[in-house]
Amino acid sequence: MTAIALELDGAPWEDVCALEDIVPWTGVCALIAGRQVAIVRTGDAVYALGNLDPFSKANVLSRGIVGDKDGIPKIASPIFKQTFDLRTGQCLDNPAVRVPTHEVRIERGRILVHREPRPGDQDGA
Amino acid sequence: MTKKQLVVVGNGMVGHRFLELLLESGESERWNVVTFCEEPRLAYDRVNLTNFLGGKSPAELSLVGPRRYEDAGVTVHLGDRAAVIDRQCKRVLSAEGRRIPYDVLVLATGSAPFVPPIPGRDAWGCFVYRTIDDLKRIRLWAAQIQTGVVIGGGLLGLEAANALTHMGLETHVVEFAPRLMAMQIDEGGAQILRSKIEALGVSVHTGKNTTRIVSRGGRVTEIRFADGGVLAAEMVVFSAGISARDELARNAGLEVGERGGIVVDERCRTSDPDILAIGECASYRGRTYGLVGPGYQMARTAVSTLAGGDDRLGVFDMSTKLKLMGVEVASFGDAHGTLPGARVVAFSDAVSGVYKKLVLSSDRQRLLGGVLVGEASSYGQLLSLTQSKAALPPQPEQLILPRLEGGAALPGVDALPDAATICTCQNVGKGVICKAIRSQDLTSVGAVKAATTAGTGCGSCVPLLGELLAREMKRAGKKVSRDLCEHFPHPRQELFHLLRVHGVRSFDELIGKHGRGTGCEICKPAVASMLSSTWNEHVLEDRHLGLQDTNDRFLANIQRDGSYSVVPRVPGGEITPDQLIALGWIARKHCLYSKITGAQRVDLFGARLEQLPQIWRDLVAAGFESGHAYGKALRTVKSCVGSTWCRFGVQDSVSFAIRLENRYKGLRAPHKLKSAVSGCARECAEAQGKDFGVIATEKGYNLYLCGNGGMKPQHAQLFATDLDEDTLIRYLDRFLMFYVRTADRLQRTAAWFNNLEGGIEYLRQVLIDDSLGICAELESDMARIVDSYRCEWKATIEDPVKLARFRTFVNSPEPDPSLVRVPQRAQHRPATWEEKQLHLVPQEAE
Ligand code: SRM
Ligand SMILES: Cc1cc2nc3c(=O)[nH]c(=O)nc-3n(C[C@H](O)[C@H](O)[C@H](O)COP(=O)(O)OP(=O)(O)OC[C@H]3O[C@@H](n4cnc5c(N)ncnc54)[C@H](O)[C@@H]3O)c2cc1C
Ligand code: SF4
Ligand code: FES
Repeated sequence: MTAIALELDGAPWEDVCALEDIVPWTGVCALIAGRQVAIVRTGDAVYALGNLDPFSKANVLSRGIVGDKDGIPKIASPIFKQTFDLRTGQCLDNPAVRVPTHEVRIERGRILVHREPRPGDQDGA
Repeated sequence: MTKKQLVVVGNGMVGHRFLELLLESGESERWNVVTFCEEPRLAYDRVNLTNFLGGKSPAELSLVGPRRYEDAGVTVHLGDRAAVIDRQCKRVLSAEGRRIPYDVLVLATGSAPFVPPIPGRDAWGCFVYRTIDDLKRIRLWAAQIQTGVVIGGGLLGLEAANALTHMGLETHVVEFAPRLMAMQIDEGGAQILRSKIEALGVSVHTGKNTTRIVSRGGRVTEIRFADGGVLAAEMVVFSAGISARDELARNAGLEVGERGGIVVDERCRTSDPDILAIGECASYRGRTYGLVGPGYQMARTAVSTLAGGDDRLGVFDMSTKLKLMGVEVASFGDAHGTLPGARVVAFSDAVSGVYKKLVLSSDRQRLLGGVLVGEASSYGQLLSLTQSKAALPPQPEQLILPRLEGGAALPGVDALPDAATICTCQNVGKGVICKAIRSQDLTSVGAVKAATTAGTGCGSCVPLLGELLAREMKRAGKKVSRDLCEHFPHPRQELFHLLRVHGVRSFDELIGKHGRGTGCEICKPAVASMLSSTWNEHVLEDRHLGLQDTNDRFLANIQRDGSYSVVPRVPGGEITPDQLIALGWIARKHCLYSKITGAQRVDLFGARLEQLPQIWRDLVAAGFESGHAYGKALRTVKSCVGSTWCRFGVQDSVSFAIRLENRYKGLRAPHKLKSAVSGCARECAEAQGKDFGVIATEKGYNLYLCGNGGMKPQHAQLFATDLDEDTLIRYLDRFLMFYVRTADRLQRTAAWFNNLEGGIEYLRQVLIDDSLGICAELESDMARIVDSYRCEWKATIEDPVKLARFRTFVNSPEPDPSLVRVPQRAQHRPATWEEKQLHLVPQEAE
């Protein structure tokens, strides 16, 4: 793996790419501690969530269309089009499904993603 | 006559059946028979193993009559394991030190339970469930504890769980997959099965990835899951599948299958003609068979092979019916509906706990398979319908629907009972959907999906949802909204008009002026299409990138595992030998599965995201252009060979097809566009099934419009006759642009036509007589598109900014490790989720 791990405040953050590497309203995928994580940029924010689409079981969420539902920022799976709340990973079409999310920080134009999913989040399986 | 020596390794169900058949056939006269039996007892009925816990003695379970082998002169080495096959000297060395020569060797070593590599799995209190001795150990242990956990929610796991409850334990079943019995039954069936099993006091935990088994003082105390969950356990029984015992054969250098098992041909011969393999240890046609039926069939074939007969293995029926904890479960034929064109009807009743599903052939004439849970009395009848391929009654769903009062049901959604499942993927019934529409005042299919989850799987029920919605809304006296989505209070046609009239060139501008919010997966691709068919800018420009569906975004077709397929354009289907060689060469170089498509060209499957640019560099270098198989755009103009070679051809249909394809390639439309040109009335190019079709006549060409193949085939309408090429193209320019402007999103020309008041006569007035005075505009719009055409892929590989987007990971050059391939018919296919889960293929690292 070529990614560089940064130790900031003792917390394990990973520097994945520059903000401008992601075109607004699109996503990319990063490999973080062996996990595939979708990094998604909206107009003014960056979110990180598991890249595994729980419905198709393909690692593709980062390639979905980004938008909103009643103001909730969301991404649609490119395979069967279910949508997920970018902030919480909650599937908006099925209350029982949720993908893990990671904390994100932007510092000096770089996107830093926490190596571990937010506590309590399922490892998408 | 000196007898030859036959050695049989393994005296399980199949090894024993083989010996019986051999003795019966008289063939045993020619052989000196020796068998190794690793277990301390001769073959017994493993299928009914659980009865041992119910009180049956090993003697009652035994399959071998007293003195049967002795009397027949079969030498048995009981409790001795064959350890090595020495093929050079043709002898078997055993664990006890025996050296037994053979002329022919038969391997019937069965399988071993698969124990997932979970740390701690060796603790005391961890068991498998395969032999009488395993069950003795389990029984002894169970006597001192209260709670037991079975890892594996498949057929065997549930059987083991049943046994634990009978021993008085508080029982849990842990399954990695999201549902029980994923191999045999589907989601709908699994839900019913689960609720029934839970009602019997077994706790079911699905979607749980066990990561550690914790022990204290060597004894298991709890198991932990990837999601942080913990389950107390004093006993763990692994029942997570089986793996063939092919180690003897493997070490002897015999061919073994990709997914394990000793490879045999249809006569049960391994790669060494003096060695046969039968039963669960054998891999036939790329897989092993965990049921006794196929094993018995192999035993018969192997005896025939020994006797010089020509019995051959056929297709194995993997149908099963069993009673799990008193719940009937049956799965037969193509239970998952994986055969091409398979259709599904299902019925589910959560109250009485019954689920029934039939898989039908595309014409609904034959039964291909099915699943029954909770009530399986019709299993025999349905299985026989499947196997006999008998014609079905006109409404096959009647076979599983409960009889309605007052005679036969009527077709259509209205006729379905409220209990009928509408969405099989999510198992949602009609009653639930109608109730949600009424009580939550739903007014769009999207809202119905969100409220009920129906329609969020394969999508095949969405038209039914639309029907139900329209029906309910009509009942409530409401109008169905035609707004594009929540972000645009306009139908597509109005938006298109606004976009053209105001010269809008980006989504941001359009939503800023005429919409609200930030857009979604419905309006973005629709607007992308409108922008493209108006201004024809490259779809991967930064400001258009986020609007594209994944196929357009990566200029390739996404496949079920997240890899892509590549379809180069072959205008008119005419291809030179050199182009064919180039395609083959490129497919081989990049290790792509290749297939001739249904539209006269070649599809190359299995490309990883980061491979696409190099594949296209190679294709562009060989003179190919993008085929737009990924876009809602012109696909192909099929041709027949026409007057170029054919004795009946009256026009040069190939040249004209190529001219049309090159004119309209790259045109983005509300939906895909397909076309064909036939050289005479015999119509070999099937032009009347296309969005626009051309059929040659003595005097020119007839033009047909608005046909469709696919889900709802529709004949095209004859629009004008005996046209010359240029006039026909002028009409087509007008027709296509009129469709592009006025159709709904994702509406093919046929559906659009069906909603046009005035039909084909109206189309003639607009496009020939110019009744709306827009023909000149339509033509110049088309001219602009034609003039600005550039191959999207050629432009992409020349642009480093666009190229940078074609990588799997933004921070690593590694390929996606979850893309796993399985060999199939001399090529390969993606591994299924089940195969990955059941460890039938190499797994990505956890
Ligand atoms: C590859 C191919 C099957 C094959 O192996 O032969 C194919 C594959 C797909 N078809 Fe098709 N269709 C293919 C020929 C056809 C044909 C035959 C033809 O074009 O002559 C038809 C019927 C003709 C017609 O469309 O009128 C056809 C009717 C459909 C439909 C139903 C359309 C309809 O209006 O009912 C869909 C679904 C859709 O578009 O919404 C579909 C959708 C698809 C999709 C895009 C499904 C998907 O979203 O993944 C498949 C993409 C495959 C891929 O990744 O490349 N495909 N599909 C054929 C590609 C032809 C080509 O070279 O471009
Ligand atoms: C609990 C349970 C329930 C089942 N229920 C059903 C059911 O309902 N329907 C169904 O069709 N199937 C069922 N099965 C599967 C069925 O039992 C098997 O398909 C069948 O037993 C396979 O026969 P086999 O001879 O290939 O393997 P086995 O019966 O496993 O026999 C192989 C024998 O070879 C021995 N052996 C292995 N290696 C060596 C060696 N090197 N030297 C000497 N001996 C060796 C093994 O110890 C074993 O005794 C069930 C299985 C289990 C465990
Ligand atoms: S969409 Fe076309 S190619 Fe895909 S499975 Fe259906 S019929 Fe076959
Ligand atoms: S049937 Fe597949 S989504 Fe409804």
